[in-house]
Amino acid sequence: MIYREAGQFKTTYAADQAIFPILQDRVFVGLVLVAAFVAVPLVANEYWLQAVLIPFLIYALAALGLNLLTGYAGQLSLGTGGFMAVGAYSAFKITTAFPWLNVLVVFVLAGVVAAGVGLVFGVPSLRIKGFYLAVATLAAQFFLIWLFNKVPWFVNYASSGTITAPPRSLLGVMLTGPLATAGVRYLVALSMVVVWALVAKNLVRGRVGRSWMAIRDRDIAAEIIGVRPMRTKLLAFGISSFYCGLAGAEFVFLYLGSAETLAFDIGLSFLVLFMVIIGGLGSVLGSFLGAAFIVLVPIFLTNAPHAVGLVMPVALQKQIELMVFGGLIIFFLIVEPRGLARLWQITKEKLRLWPFPH
Amino acid sequence: MIDLLLAVLRPFAEIAGSPAFFVEVLIGGICAGLMYSLVALGFVLIFKASGVFNFAQGVMVLFAALTLVGLIERGLPVVLALALTMLVMILLAFAIERVVLRPLVNQPQIILFMATIGLNFFLEGLGEMAWGANVKKLDVGIPDHSFMVKGVQINELELTAALTAGALVTILAVLFQKTRIGRALRAVADDHEAALSIGIPLKTIWVVVWSVAGLVAIVAGIMWGAKSGVQFSLSLIALKALPVLILGGFESVPGAILGGLIIGVGEKIGEVYWGPLVGGAIENWFAYVLALAFLLVRPQGLFGEKIIERV
Repeated sequence: MIYREAGQFKTTYAADQAIFPILQDRVFVGLVLVAAFVAVPLVANEYWLQAVLIPFLIYALAALGLNLLTGYAGQLSLGTGGFMAVGAYSAFKITTAFPWLNVLVVFVLAGVVAAGVGLVFGVPSLRIKGFYLAVATLAAQFFLIWLFNKVPWFVNYASSGTITAPPRSLLGVMLTGPLATAGVRYLVALSMVVVWALVAKNLVRGRVGRSWMAIRDRDIAAEIIGVRPMRTKLLAFGISSFYCGLAGAEFVFLYLGSAETLAFDIGLSFLVLFMVIIGGLGSVLGSFLGAAFIVLVPIFLTNAPHAVGLVMPVALQKQIELMVFGGLIIFFLIVEPRGLARLWQITKEKLRLWPFPH
Repeated sequence: MIDLLLAVLRPFAEIAGSPAFFVEVLIGGICAGLMYSLVALGFVLIFKASGVFNFAQGVMVLFAALTLVGLIERGLPVVLALALTMLVMILLAFAIERVVLRPLVNQPQIILFMATIGLNFFLEGLGEMAWGANVKKLDVGIPDHSFMVKGVQINELELTAALTAGALVTILAVLFQKTRIGRALRAVADDHEAALSIGIPLKTIWVVVWSVAGLVAIVAGIMWGAKSGVQFSLSLIALKALPVLILGGFESVPGAILGGLIIGVGEKIGEVYWGPLVGGAIENWFAYVLALAFLLVRPQGLFGEKIIERV
C-alpha cells in the first residue's frame, strides 16, 4: 500500500535511468542517510561507534571492492587481506613521508597504490580460471604479508614492526590518531563509504559493469562480441584492489589505530568473502548487508548467553561461537544462495502488492 | 648487479660442492611433499566426485586426529580407537551429505565452496569442544628415529609417511579404475545428470566419497599428528595442500602425489639455498609462487583435465 509506484510517470531519460527510480526508494535512502549522518553521531555511544559502526563501514567498503571483482567480474579472489595490507602500509608510508598531505588524499593515494599491486596480481587471471585462480590469488596474500613482515622500510624501521596511525587533522578537527573521537572517525568512514558506493553503483550499471558481467557469465562469448578480456579483467582487479586498499587504510587509520601484518592475514580475506557471499554476489546493497551480518553476528553470539543469564567458560563459549557461526553460514547458503540482497528484493516484491493478494 | 647475480648463482656451487647434503635436502623435500600429498588427496577425491572444492579437508584431518587421540587418551586400545574414528568419519560423511550437500544440489561451485568453509568453522568448534584445545601427542607406535644410509640422514617417520602415501595411492587407484563403485564415481565426476539417468545413486556416491576422504584424513592426521603433535595449527595444512592441488590438477590422484613432490622438493631447496638471500621464512608463499609459475604454462595443472571451452 505504501510501497507502490503507480502514478509515478517518468517523462525524461534521466528520471528513467536514475539509481533509485521509485520515489519511495529515494525517500527511504534519504532518510537512512540523514539518520546515519545526523542522528547516529548524536545518540550512539563510544562502544557502538567503535565496536560496531566503524568496522561495519570499513568492512562494507572492502566487501564492495571484492564484490566488484568476484560478484560482477566473476574472478574469485582470496587475496583481499593482502590488498588491504597494501593500502594500510602505503597510507602509512605516504602520510609519514608527506605529513602536510590531507589524510583523505592519502587514503585515495593508498587505494591507487593497492590498485597497482592488484593489477600485477591480476595478470594470472588472463590465463587461469575458477578455483585455480582463487588459489593463485592466495600467492598474493601470503607474499604481500611476508613482504611487509620482512622489509623494515615499510614500518619506518620501527622495532615493534607495527604501523600506527599518526595524528592528522582537517580544518582543525582531528581525523586520525589517538586524539580523534570515535564520532569524527565514524563520519569520515561514512562519507568515504557513501561517495565510493555511489561511484561503484554507477560503475556497475554503466559500460564497465556490463563488460564485467559479460566476462563473468560467459567469457568466450563476451570476447567474441568485442569485450576485451584482458582490459576488463585487469580493470576489475585494479578497481577492486583500489577499494580494498582504501578500506585497508581506513582499517588502520580509523578503526584499529595501530596494526601489524597479523591483522591482514588470510582470515580477513575469508571474512570479506563471507560478507560478499552472504550479502549477495553481484549486488552493491548486498555488500552492506553482508558486512552488517558478519559484524553483528559475533557480537550477538558473545552477548546472547549473558543476556539470558547463562554463564560458561570463555573457551567453551568461543567454541560454541565458532560452531554457530559455521552453522549459520551453511544455513543461509541453503535458505538463499543468492544472499541477503535477494531476500530484500523478494520482500520488496511482496511489499508492492501488500496488503492485496494480487 | 654483479653481486646480486653472484648471490643468486652461488647456491649452485654449494650444491655441486656438497652432493650428500643436497641429497639429504632432496629426501627431506620428498618426504615433506608426500605429507602434503596426503592432505591434497582428500581434496582431489571430493572434487573429482562431486565438483566440491572442500576447504574443510584440513579441519577434517584435525578432527580425525583429535578424535583418535581423544579415544586413545580415554584408555582404548589403538586398534579399537582407530576403528571408532573411522566410524565417526563415516557418520560425519552421512551428516554432511544430508545436511549440507543435499540441500545445495545444483548450486554454483562457489556456494558449495563457501558452505565447506562454514563446515570448517563448525568442525573446528566441535572438535575442540569435544576433545579440548590443548596440544596432544599422538603415539600410535610409529618410530621417530633417524638412520644413515651412505652419509645421508633418513627419518623413519618420514619414510613411513612416504610408504603409507604410496600404499594409499595404489589402493585409491585400484578403487577408482577397477571396481564398480570406482566407475560410478568417475561417471558422477564426469556428468551428474547423465550418471543419474543411468541409475547411479548420487546420494550414495557422495556419502562414499566423503567417507573415503574422511579415511584419508585419518591417515593424514596420524602422520601429521605423529610428526608435529595434534593441535589447532594442523587445520592450516589445508593451506599447504592448496598449491599442491593446483599444481597437480584438481581431478588427478597421481597429480596430487607428483604435485606434492614438486612442491616439497622445490620448497625445501628454495628455503635452504635461496631463502637466506631474501631473509628467510619464504615457505609461506614460495609454494604458491612455484605453483603459479607452473599454471601460467599449464592452466589446468599437470594432470588436470584439459579445459575445453565452447560458446
